[in-house]
Amino acid sequence: MPKREDLQHILVIGSGPIQIGQACEFDYSGTQACRVLREEGLRVTLVNSNPATIMTDPEFADATYVEPITTEVIEQIIAKEKPDALLATLGGQTALNAAVALHEAGILEKYGVELIGADMDAIQRGEDRQQFKEVVLKVGGDVPRSAVCHSMEEVTATVKDLGLPVVIRPSFTMGGLGSGMAYTWEDVDRIAGNGLAESPTTEVLIEESVLGWKEYELELMRDRDDNVVIVCSIENVDPMGVHTGDSVTVAPSMTLTDREYQHMRDIGIAILREVGVDTGGCNIQFAIDPADGRMIVIEMNPRVSRSSALASKATGFPIAKIAAKLAIGYTLDEIPNDITKATPAAFEPTLDYVVVKVPRFTFEKFPGADPTLTTTMKSVGEAMSLGRTFQQALQKALRSTETKQAGFWTRPDPEGATLENTMEALRTPHDGTLYTAERALRFGATVAEVHQACKIDPWFLDQVAQLIDLRGEIESAAVVDEALLRKAKRAGFSDAQVAALRPELAGEDGVRRLRHRLGLRPVYKTVDTCAAEFEAHTPYHYSTYEDETEVAPSDRPKVMILGSGPNRIGQGIEFDYSCVHAVQALREAGYETIMVNCNPETVSTDYDTADRLYFEPLTFEDVTEVFHAENESGRNAGGPGVVGVVVQLGGQTPLGLAERLENAGLPIVGTSPKAIDNAEDRGVFGKLLHELGLVAPAGGTAFSYEEAREVAAQIGYPVLVRPSYVLGGRGMEIVYDEDTLAGYISRATEASPEHPILIDRFLDDAIEIDVDCLCDGEDFYLGGIMEHIEEAGVHSGDSSCALPPITLGATVIEQIRDYTAKLAFGIGVRGLMNVQYALKDEQLYVLEANPRASRTVPFVSKATAVPLAKAAARIALGATIAELRAEGMLLPEGDGSDAGPDVPISVKEVLLPFKRFRTVEGAGLDAVLGPEMKSTGEVMGIDSNFGLAFAKATLAVYGKLPTSGKVFVSVADRDKRAIVFPVRRLVDLGFTVYATEGTGLVLKRHGIDFTPVARHSSGESVDAVSLIASGEIDLVITTPSASSGPRTDGWEIRSAAVVADVSCVTTIQGATAATQAIESASRGEIRVASLQELHQRLRGSETTAV
Amino acid sequence: MSSRAPAILVLEDGRVFRGEAFGSVGETFGEAVFSTGMTGYQETLTDPSYYGQVVAQTAPQIGNTGWNDEDDESRRIWVAGYVVRDASRMASNWRAKRGLEDELASQGVVGICGVDTRALTRHLREAGAMRVGISSRDTDVEALLQKVRATPQMAGANHVGAVTASAPYTYEAKETKYTVAALDLGIKRNTPRRLAERGITTTVFPAFAEIDQLLSGSPDAVFLSNGPGDPATADHQVELTRELLRRRVPVFGICFGNQILGRALGLETYKLKFGHRGINQPVLDRHTNKIEITAHNHGFALKAPPVLEGQSGEFFETEFGRVQVSHVCLNDDVVEGLTCLDVPAYSVQYHPEAAGGPHDADYLFDRLIELIQQQEGAPTHA
Repeated sequence: MPKREDLQHILVIGSGPIQIGQACEFDYSGTQACRVLREEGLRVTLVNSNPATIMTDPEFADATYVEPITTEVIEQIIAKEKPDALLATLGGQTALNAAVALHEAGILEKYGVELIGADMDAIQRGEDRQQFKEVVLKVGGDVPRSAVCHSMEEVTATVKDLGLPVVIRPSFTMGGLGSGMAYTWEDVDRIAGNGLAESPTTEVLIEESVLGWKEYELELMRDRDDNVVIVCSIENVDPMGVHTGDSVTVAPSMTLTDREYQHMRDIGIAILREVGVDTGGCNIQFAIDPADGRMIVIEMNPRVSRSSALASKATGFPIAKIAAKLAIGYTLDEIPNDITKATPAAFEPTLDYVVVKVPRFTFEKFPGADPTLTTTMKSVGEAMSLGRTFQQALQKALRSTETKQAGFWTRPDPEGATLENTMEALRTPHDGTLYTAERALRFGATVAEVHQACKIDPWFLDQVAQLIDLRGEIESAAVVDEALLRKAKRAGFSDAQVAALRPELAGEDGVRRLRHRLGLRPVYKTVDTCAAEFEAHTPYHYSTYEDETEVAPSDRPKVMILGSGPNRIGQGIEFDYSCVHAVQALREAGYETIMVNCNPETVSTDYDTADRLYFEPLTFEDVTEVFHAENESGRNAGGPGVVGVVVQLGGQTPLGLAERLENAGLPIVGTSPKAIDNAEDRGVFGKLLHELGLVAPAGGTAFSYEEAREVAAQIGYPVLVRPSYVLGGRGMEIVYDEDTLAGYISRATEASPEHPILIDRFLDDAIEIDVDCLCDGEDFYLGGIMEHIEEAGVHSGDSSCALPPITLGATVIEQIRDYTAKLAFGIGVRGLMNVQYALKDEQLYVLEANPRASRTVPFVSKATAVPLAKAAARIALGATIAELRAEGMLLPEGDGSDAGPDVPISVKEVLLPFKRFRTVEGAGLDAVLGPEMKSTGEVMGIDSNFGLAFAKATLAVYGKLPTSGKVFVSVADRDKRAIVFPVRRLVDLGFTVYATEGTGLVLKRHGIDFTPVARHSSGESVDAVSLIASGEIDLVITTPSASSGPRTDGWEIRSAAVVADVSCVTTIQGATAATQAIESASRGEIRVASLQELHQRLRGSETTAV
Repeated sequence: MSSRAPAILVLEDGRVFRGEAFGSVGETFGEAVFSTGMTGYQETLTDPSYYGQVVAQTAPQIGNTGWNDEDDESRRIWVAGYVVRDASRMASNWRAKRGLEDELASQGVVGICGVDTRALTRHLREAGAMRVGISSRDTDVEALLQKVRATPQMAGANHVGAVTASAPYTYEAKETKYTVAALDLGIKRNTPRRLAERGITTTVFPAFAEIDQLLSGSPDAVFLSNGPGDPATADHQVELTRELLRRRVPVFGICFGNQILGRALGLETYKLKFGHRGINQPVLDRHTNKIEITAHNHGFALKAPPVLEGQSGEFFETEFGRVQVSHVCLNDDVVEGLTCLDVPAYSVQYHPEAAGGPHDADYLFDRLIELIQQQEGAPTHA
């Protein structure tokens, strides 16, 4: 059945800011969808508030709205754009929920917009637990015994019936938010209570525990002719009880017989049909009792999901792309398989390799958060690896996670580890369960015993046991000969792992030299969807140690771009954005682009992005071997081979490799590793600043506590302390006294053993400024200046900011441009650089300069219509700023420092994941901001003035902005003067004020009435915490008392706000901005404009090139 | 990890793969083919259609679920040799009774593991299926190559006699509504099981049964099973089928049975370059325009009927009346099924009984019942 001719214009909804449970996989799926729809000649209108996405680049849609994903805003977009249809199944739960809301508000009907790729009733049947259960039973499937409850009374009755433990899941939340396992009645009260509050329908499901069962997922696709295919089966290594997003998973399933697999397939297809998923992809989860094979159906996602992205990357079958085509009327047999070209998409991929995905956690960012893995997702990213065996894929995946532990035996066992305490640790699922299992096996536990403790299938444990056997062989062999080293490499051992077992081989470098001498190098196989049955036309490769390599010769000049690895806080989608831009720009400039990355969620690992894709760990070993293979393939074809390796765009991961890669002879292009190092080296950088006549806050370097104490005493408290060489403010703290400093050193030196501690004077009350610029050695181009809304001291990644700056005068801006240019030339930048400044008492301080792509590059590029990362990639390969100006990539004249008075204001706001975490006791986490970055994602609000832009950004993050109601105010002494004005505005706007005594008194003296509320600590019946928890407060303004000691006061208030999901402002600048936003919003002035319109205004008639 | 003996795999064109002994230690020969199913190795190994073939499994982790007592598709393992990338040393499944390797060894099946099966598959894809030898006893490549080149070709091979039942036997349905006589050319157990679920009792006859013996129980239909070897050699079964068509006995054929029905209708067979062996093959059913994902195991296929001017080639005339090419493979347009429009007979080239493989084609057994019902009252068994 061919494409529907009645559809000409499609509205696509994206997934908004990156958050736990909903990461950049939806940029991957959305980008694919937009690309497909436009290739089909359809007009595409897109709404997504996340500027760091490739899909929101103006070239991917006809009209791109970087606007909040709320019903009101989307209605405005629909009214303006008049699309024929809405595609909402590719933007995660956010897009699906938005579609449901639009439908329920009657907006789709009102404007005659058809929902395609999904059916409202089908969404209900798939997502409503009771309806779904009925569907499963109707088609002959089995479900856990359970009941849906709407009140605590119902919960109690149900749990009595089922018996403890039980699983509690709120309805309609994403990533399993609010779900949990209850072992005790206290757990039941807490989890079900929160769950009822979290669920938009005040509904929780209580079900029989299937803890410890085997867990599986199927990815299915259906077309409008009712043809169904299974794209992939995924088996969770971690058993039931651990959220699939937090589990180590493997594809295809490893421990199912055909009989069991086909039963799962039959039930999956029957469910898909019964639910009535219109067209497109869906995901169904199953559990199997390992004792008797009883299979039950857990849940389904009637949309493209995180697992779909994984399945697409794992199989080469692009689910989102196909789903988009199915939505506009094609059937599976009409869509060609991209990879084989010759065969249709109507088939089931078959794998001749094993895929392992490992989650990436960042518990270290959230001290106090319970690190136990549960049915609520807590990981922030993932790494995927492919190998020809499970062992190989697992070991590659473990070293892809960018953790200190880069595979088995790369870190010493924890001090005091015994068989007994290791076995005990195994009973609780945690980050690194497989490491613990390995230790237990190595300490002498049997596979059966370990299985008993952690419920991981014995097959997986035995695979780990085989690695331990091989470890023993390596340790005890007289010499590591060719046969043994080959065996180790085939099992996925890295050179570093072998080196750890054989110290006499002189480390990783020694092992590598030995390996090369023995002629042992990896070969590269191809992901082709069909296990080599048909020829593959897509160079999507992974390494293994076998007979035959499939890297095709090519004589074109090649450039390797190193990606950013698994997402984690501080290194996310923004860096992938820059890498993808580099690929695009260099492809266009005629290079053969080679992408190396291991993050399955990203656009960069779409085989459509670069000319060649290597799904490989970003380690020195793996990267140099890809280089070798590609360089040979070029040279053998008579070409120049690899002419450049780009490391400056993927964030810390590739940057950390730069120096070693250069020393190994790889042609690192752009800013040299030496220059990067100079900017990071305090001594060298300080000297440079001095030469350039620039000022930095007083500071020093310390290698011990004694030294640190001396430095701190000399420059005076408060001081900002951090380990050198960090991204995302890892380990950074503001320290107010010597005791805290001592505590910090004991923790932080553990955090970064090779590097000293940096100590700086902390500038209280300064304005922080971020600048992104380009330099080619001759010429300088300022990309954009961002003024932070929060004061200096809040990590720049967590600050909201405005571009162009909203309070800086022309003199300061001129000074910033001057300083930045001096730094760029002084450091020797060939590409991008980010500089952070603090402005205090009219003095501009240089906080840091990072000669690489920064997190703000996509934001600046969107706000100014200048593609900075593309320009940086071109500069790295030799283009000049003058040439890029002439080409139209950069502005023909002027730059980001001369924004005119009519330029719209862009505001970046961040999304913080505090809601995701609970302490072991189940309390909320402190929501305070500090120098350590904690946000997972960002949004952008664009409008004609700051208040409106900030209001949009707030709406995009919270989905709401209180325009009336009750505001609770409690601020630190130093903020008491500054808070008066914003609170008065709130009162004028109709807010009633609740305040703590001290704050209230100041307000009262300024003529503002308030209701006094006790602090939590006072023990009175109605205190701030209980007031917030009861949901009576609409807005919380509370600033930590910074000058009086460590920022710990008020955490109960903030965590209560987090738990109750109340907007909580923790800085005085934030309060002022929020007040302006509320004022703008209550005037009803929010209007939408597309990025294309905006860029037209910014760049006039010249071609936009973002 | 117990250390394994080195082993070699030598193809008739001289390409060599090295690995380690797997299963029984020794030497074996056959036709090298690859199978792409990710599940169902037990079913594959016990499928008589693989008789005479050395099967390379493209899925790299084999043996994970061990060997159980329920999933054998016949009385023994039939493959001539088995090639895998990584052989599991542990069986993990609640139904597993023993390990795969134990089973291979106890049945004397020579295998090889640690092989770059992807390179082997790519080679077979480009060069075509060919003769092969595996040895874990003697790793002299040249000697093994000579032996390989001395073995018979698959084309022209008649293997049915080797796999068929020696005497008739009956698989009873719980409540028999109809009876079917099945000609065992290498039948799999799941076929009578699928029929029995629909109330059909199946009597399985040896491949060389004569027409009177086959129809002695007045069956409602005759089933032509799958099986190994070159269909061009199956003259007896082709003649038998022509007689069934003459007598208007309902006939349902699968795999080898499809080729026999095709030959009975006047079509020729040919050897595919590397065959269809896997459980992910998309087939279009022209009756319904639905796509089914199906289990395949065939190295030969029916030549498509000549396309007459003004016609698509979907329908063609035979001495038994009009016939429709009712099923085609979407990957390569190979004829995957025939439906006679004037006599009660139809067939498919693949495996509706699956085992292993998806159950999408299960409806074909329902069609047999419909065919029987349509024939009831019509004159048959003349």
